[in-house]
Amino acid sequence: MPDPTAADEVLRAPHVLEYTYTRSVGPVIGAFLTGLRQGRILGATGDEGRVVVPPAEYDPVTARPSGELVEVGPGGAVSTWAWENEPTADHPLSRPFAWALVVLDGATTGLLHVVDAGSPDAMASGMRVRPRFRPEGERRGHLLDIECFVPEESS
Amino acid sequence: MSAAPTGRPVAVVSFAQSPQVRREDHRNEVEMLMPVVEEVFSRIGVTKADMGFVCSGSSDYLVGAPFSFVSALDAVGVWPPMRESHVEMDGAWALYEAWTMLRAGDVDTALVYSFGRSSPGQLAKILALQLDPYYLAPLWPPPTALAALQARAVIDAGRATEEDFAEVAARSRRQALANPHAQLSGDRAPGELMKDDYVVSPLRRHALPPITDGAAAVVLAAGERATELCDRPAWITGIDHRIETHALGARDLTSSPSTTLAARGAGLGERAAVDVAELHAPYAHQELILRDALGLGAEVSVNPSGGALAANALMVAGLIRIGEAAQRIMDGSAARALAHATSGPCLQQNLVCALAAETPSGGR
Repeated sequence: MPDPTAADEVLRAPHVLEYTYTRSVGPVIGAFLTGLRQGRILGATGDEGRVVVPPAEYDPVTARPSGELVEVGPGGAVSTWAWENEPTADHPLSRPFAWALVVLDGATTGLLHVVDAGSPDAMASGMRVRPRFRPEGERRGHLLDIECFVPEESS
Repeated sequence: MSAAPTGRPVAVVSFAQSPQVRREDHRNEVEMLMPVVEEVFSRIGVTKADMGFVCSGSSDYLVGAPFSFVSALDAVGVWPPMRESHVEMDGAWALYEAWTMLRAGDVDTALVYSFGRSSPGQLAKILALQLDPYYLAPLWPPPTALAALQARAVIDAGRATEEDFAEVAARSRRQALANPHAQLSGDRAPGELMKDDYVVSPLRRHALPPITDGAAAVVLAAGERATELCDRPAWITGIDHRIETHALGARDLTSSPSTTLAARGAGLGERAAVDVAELHAPYAHQELILRDALGLGAEVSVNPSGGALAANALMVAGLIRIGEAAQRIMDGSAARALAHATSGPCLQQNLVCALAAETPSGGR
């Protein structure tokens, strides 16, 4: 019998920690994420004339089920922003950028994303921005299919 | 969910807190809590055996271990068995649960405690995990960035300036000089604070809360038991909590309608007539939003403890607001007080607790 204390006799086995289930994101978030893969941004029509982007299954104020999904943008206006000097590895961009709520054309609520503006001097509330989508083959139905937003005048 | 018109009156009869510090290097959560629980009991001469209910607030995400609140029970002692509950929220919400229990009349006393150690983890990442998993969390926004979006919205709306934020910070830390438990205190003029660098523009260093490790505990008692235990109980005349949508971009970040609703539910009306208000405003501009939402006049003493800008232990700072406000009634320096606790990004969820030296109508 081999000596179990010998280092080369220690049993080794892979241990993979995984979620053994998949989760559906549902008809509204699912449609939004599928839209992103197609390069389109969808919003949900809600009560009191709201067009909620990103869309939710329920109106954020009245909690009634949302109506049909409509395409918005792609351009929009920054409603508020903050300058990130020290991006971390988790962030969408590795150089300093602006966090922003972007109200896309046709929407009444803000989408949180980042703006690749280069400098806080290039940012202002109300400024126009447009999304920079990842190349079609790299999109996976995820918020980061929009790589970032960029100031509209720079193309 | 607002204060029921019937039910026995319930009061805060004791409050204790640990020193609020940047880093608890040598004590785990149980070791932080034990002296606090001991103090909150000894102030009124009771023991765990006198408690009809125990409720705690904490977050496994901060501890980095599942069911961490179970091991924290060692600070109270788990034998003999007791009626016990936990919320994965600030202790202010644990107090709400205990208040409900006492109103129902099954038990006369309750211990409420909470603990939070932010120093071992990466707080910015942990707090991103509380956000919408599809629409917000993938960007990993730190809490400072979300607060900065709110601060910019406040400035753009013409409601306040960066100088106003500095005024709030200067006053809070000056008031904290009188608070022996405060982590951050000092006497620096607003003009001097304006020389701080931006952390996330438009928020400079002084407008941010410190990262804090701490614990706190409160004892609640109902009806006559409250007057037996305390000469001047801080009666809870109303308590309510409300939440806004988790869709950050669908909210008006310059106001706090959920705070206004909670204040109404707590019986405070449009303009809170109190001597003292302890507001859980982790970021300087949030105090200005809350003052508006609560209709606080210039005569109200706001955050004499220094508030969350002086110490902001997650899961604890809200309960401390209730404890500090109640303490001012118990020590006779205030007749009516208001305490506020918040949770979620940019004041998403808010709890308002109204306290008074006078027994609320409804009798015992």
